[in-house]
Amino acid sequence: MPGKPNIVQWIKVGVTLLALVVLWELACRIFAIAPFLLPSPSAIVSRMIEKPMLFWIHGWYTLYETFAGFILAVAVGLVSAAIIVVVPSVRDVLMPILLIAQLVPKVAIAPILLVWFGYGVVPKIVIAFLVAFFPIVVNLANGLVSVEKELLDLGRSLEASRWQVFWKFRMPAALPDLFSGMKIAITLAVIGAIIGEFVGGDRGLGYLIIIANQELDTPLAFASLVVISLGGIVLYALIEVLERIVIPGRQPLQQPQVSS
Amino acid sequence: MSAEASISVTGLRKVYATRDGPLTSLDGVTFDIRPREFVSVLGPSGSGKTTVLKIVAGLENKTSGDVRVDGAEVTGPQRKIGIVFQVPALMRWRTALENILLPSEILGIDKGAAREKGLETLDLVGLRDFANRYPNELSGGMQQRISIARALAHDPSILLLDEPFSALDMMTRNQLNIELLRIWSERKKTSLLITHSIPEAVFLSDRVVVLGPRPAKVLEIVKIDLPRPRMPEMRVSKEFIEIVDHIGRRIGLEYA
Repeated sequence: MPGKPNIVQWIKVGVTLLALVVLWELACRIFAIAPFLLPSPSAIVSRMIEKPMLFWIHGWYTLYETFAGFILAVAVGLVSAAIIVVVPSVRDVLMPILLIAQLVPKVAIAPILLVWFGYGVVPKIVIAFLVAFFPIVVNLANGLVSVEKELLDLGRSLEASRWQVFWKFRMPAALPDLFSGMKIAITLAVIGAIIGEFVGGDRGLGYLIIIANQELDTPLAFASLVVISLGGIVLYALIEVLERIVIPGRQPLQQPQVSS
Repeated sequence: MSAEASISVTGLRKVYATRDGPLTSLDGVTFDIRPREFVSVLGPSGSGKTTVLKIVAGLENKTSGDVRVDGAEVTGPQRKIGIVFQVPALMRWRTALENILLPSEILGIDKGAAREKGLETLDLVGLRDFANRYPNELSGGMQQRISIARALAHDPSILLLDEPFSALDMMTRNQLNIELLRIWSERKKTSLLITHSIPEAVFLSDRVVVLGPRPAKVLEIVKIDLPRPRMPEMRVSKEFIEIVDHIGRRIGLEYA
């Protein structure tokens, strides 16, 4: 996406989305599609209005898991990346291991985590953490080592301490990468939490979808999906706002490099 | 004489270990720079001239020889040296002024005093009006001027310039040569310039150390007898062209 989207662009996006929803609604009505196959947008919305508390309660639960896993991933990711970069001998061993570990499908671990941590909130947070951790640590570590060689020479010529080099040279240089990682991580954390709820539990929007499926209540499943998506968009936007506040200067904003 | 020289390099050798065996980059380089003198090390690409600067700066180790700054053997980086690199190497997240203040932050100099000095240095390089601009809002030439200001801001006694203008276009380069001449005449640091441009070396320097191809030895040290202050017009004078021609032939002969 070249350049920042402007207002005109946003209006175009909004109008297009609205047109798609209208088409969907019309298709459902004209062809009389059964709601358990594909509910119309109006049916989904009315389902949401019917029992708003249902979505609030389960939504908060999922949000809590997502956020806890994400914050944990940021905290552990920051410390790991810092150690990887500051202690080169650790980097040589840990970086390949991290890259290999990234290939393990974390979602497949979910049932095992259930065995270890029970059916409560913990396994969901752990899964959210696991999927969110890798993009943060890999992006941040890359950012921390990507400082220009000449800048590091400048630091050496001024006899800067390791601590100064880390905070004044490496960390600011890596902030855009950290935020790239966080943007990927937050969307993955939502997926992680939902997967956890799919596998076992009695609360959360993922659980709601499972129940809706069992009862062939497709409008409920779609309504849950809408709430999850809206939540994801809000979380992503929050990180983008934070990025604009934290990173000074008019640098071109980086788009995340990896998606899953 | 060598005792009071600000920089003295004697019999400097640098050998790199490569897959194909040892590679001699510098093979006994000897020259000195007196206090407040401007000396250029001139040589073709790959002659190891940047290595000379890095060793003087304490950023790279020598294989053998004697390198002294103010009479003391160089064992590592020292703060009395300011360096300008081939690339501006500015922090993109800092404004021009904040970039210039970086050295004083690391050296723990009082903020108010440093800021005043920083603005003064910005004045010196003619970019006071751009204090609050970010690097990506400045042209390549402006960025390199900021980088010169950064090297001068903590008032080091020695200035090392590693091909600072090689990435710039010819017009900007000429303009910055004149600019650097003016800056140097105001601050009179003991200066070492690495360059592969003969006119640049002649125009700026008191003496030019001409290096041969690898393994590099000093071919000749040319004293530049053009009067100071130097004026841009001098670059078309008969004396100037004769010196440039002489050095050109000296390097050319070695390649014949």
